[in-house]
Amino acid sequence: MLLKGRAWTFGDGISTDLIIPGRYAYLRGDLSALAKHTLEDVRPEFAAQVQPGDLLIAGRNFGLGSSREHAVLVLKQLGVSAVIAASIARIFFRNCINLGLPAIEVETAGIEDGDEIEVDLQACVLVDRTKGLRRSFSPFPTIIRMILYEGGLVPYMRKYKKFLETEGVSAHE
Amino acid sequence: MGKTMIEKIIEARIGREVHFEEIVIIPVDLIYAHDWSGPLTIARFREMGFTTVAHPERVAFFLDHSSPSSSREIATMHNLVRSFAREHGCLLFDVGEGVSHVLVAEHLARPGEVIIGADSHTCMGGAFGAFAIGMGATDVAVALALGQTWIKVPHVIAVEVCGKLPHGVFAKDLILNVIRRIGADGAEYKCLEFIGEGVESLPMEERLVLTNMAVEAGAKCGIIPADEETRRYLERRGRGEAFRPLCSDPDAPYDAVIKIEADAMEPLVALPHRVDNVRPVSECQGVPIDQVYIGSCTNGRFEDLKIAAEILRGRRIAPTTRLIVTPGSREVYQRALQAGILEVLIEAGGVVNSPGCGACPGSHVGILGDGERCLSSTNRNFQGRMGNPKAFVYLASPATCAASALEGKITDPRKYL
Repeated sequence: MLLKGRAWTFGDGISTDLIIPGRYAYLRGDLSALAKHTLEDVRPEFAAQVQPGDLLIAGRNFGLGSSREHAVLVLKQLGVSAVIAASIARIFFRNCINLGLPAIEVETAGIEDGDEIEVDLQACVLVDRTKGLRRSFSPFPTIIRMILYEGGLVPYMRKYKKFLETEGVSAHE
Repeated sequence: MGKTMIEKIIEARIGREVHFEEIVIIPVDLIYAHDWSGPLTIARFREMGFTTVAHPERVAFFLDHSSPSSSREIATMHNLVRSFAREHGCLLFDVGEGVSHVLVAEHLARPGEVIIGADSHTCMGGAFGAFAIGMGATDVAVALALGQTWIKVPHVIAVEVCGKLPHGVFAKDLILNVIRRIGADGAEYKCLEFIGEGVESLPMEERLVLTNMAVEAGAKCGIIPADEETRRYLERRGRGEAFRPLCSDPDAPYDAVIKIEADAMEPLVALPHRVDNVRPVSECQGVPIDQVYIGSCTNGRFEDLKIAAEILRGRRIAPTTRLIVTPGSREVYQRALQAGILEVLIEAGGVVNSPGCGACPGSHVGILGDGERCLSSTNRNFQGRMGNPKAFVYLASPATCAASALEGKITDPRKYL
């Protein structure tokens, strides 16, 4: 799968409280209303201006804090095609995969707002066309690849009704 | 080569040897969600085509985050959770029962268990020698149906606490010290195991603070050996039969060992807006505080309210400061009431909320004004966390919170103890 879009850049330590603040918890039943507040305390223009396919680029420990899956849901709602960060907090990472949103850990220094980004998920390569940067990243373990391939854990479970046993030994491959 | 206690728990549950970073499918012993995560968990469960909860007697729902409800939308979310729990025969802890993690500690967690919850502070249960992990709603929905989840066997960082905490220094200061040392992502994807005299000497109520905030160092989980103190706690709680000793082998392959000299420690404060932005209280004394908050899964237990009352007894908080107290559970509330602790807090000028998460997650009952500073016994001081991105949250122990409420500014609690 090849992803192409513009970069929206963020710094280190962006918490899920910043991605979608708890003060909007009452809107969790209305995703389009909730998504209007995505990252508003960091970049107020983000929700209104982000385009389908754009990529979210960040520094270290992106998505730390609360396990709220709505932090990923709102990014998907706005059409963000991948989260790419120097490091990604564990629960947020898992939520991204479960919702079929590629979450990639790779050095992001040098990528600037508006850069044209391409990500090849098969080749595990990120290219910044604007800057001429090319960076490779580690492939996902099998279970994560399969969940992403199916479009997230919901379609995966609708299809298989269980975790496939063969994946229990995927780390041995 | 010996084994870490996390490896032992996983191997016991799946019946074979594992190695670090291996991905395994594992049975889950206890599963929970709350009013903010439960509705999505339930929606996912249905979207996946599941109709049956595998072990409803070991599934719990808690209405704690916006509790009692703060809006018609939240009230509707509460009803969704209530009806699902009743329909499937799951445990339901309704409005007023308290914070999920506090109730899990009081009533449910057992050594050796695999516990998952749709809340990041699920890791608190690790204080019982359990493998307790926070996850998102979709993961928890799958576990509801299958009674299983997948996990990567985590590397373990040992936090060895030498000596004992001095008077006026608490587990909260200790965990802030650890987070200062390794940073907010210092234990990313790993398990933090707390060992040594400074941990063994702590009562369960204080140990829970350490595992609660493991996630604030990025950890997948925090864990503490199940020992005699664990046994005594479980016996007091009427589930002594669940006790079994559990610890890592002396030659367990830790990824790293972080040594903390407890004797030399002083009270600490985490400054806005990062939990790892930690300073000694002596360096931030005098910072004016508009609101003091004592509560949460981290520090909303009976002992936390008790130490606050010891400091506030017969005194009155500063006229420029509000004090808001939220008991972590109904039991904490009742015990504090019977012990006269709530009376002391109220007479000192405090406000007592009903049990729940209260002001911590920024829903209601204590949202801050623009530019205000709050000193809080909670676990996160992220921008916007307590409901206002233009406010500033500082974190400290309940003792430091109480002393600071008295003076209206950040204050070393040791002068009042």
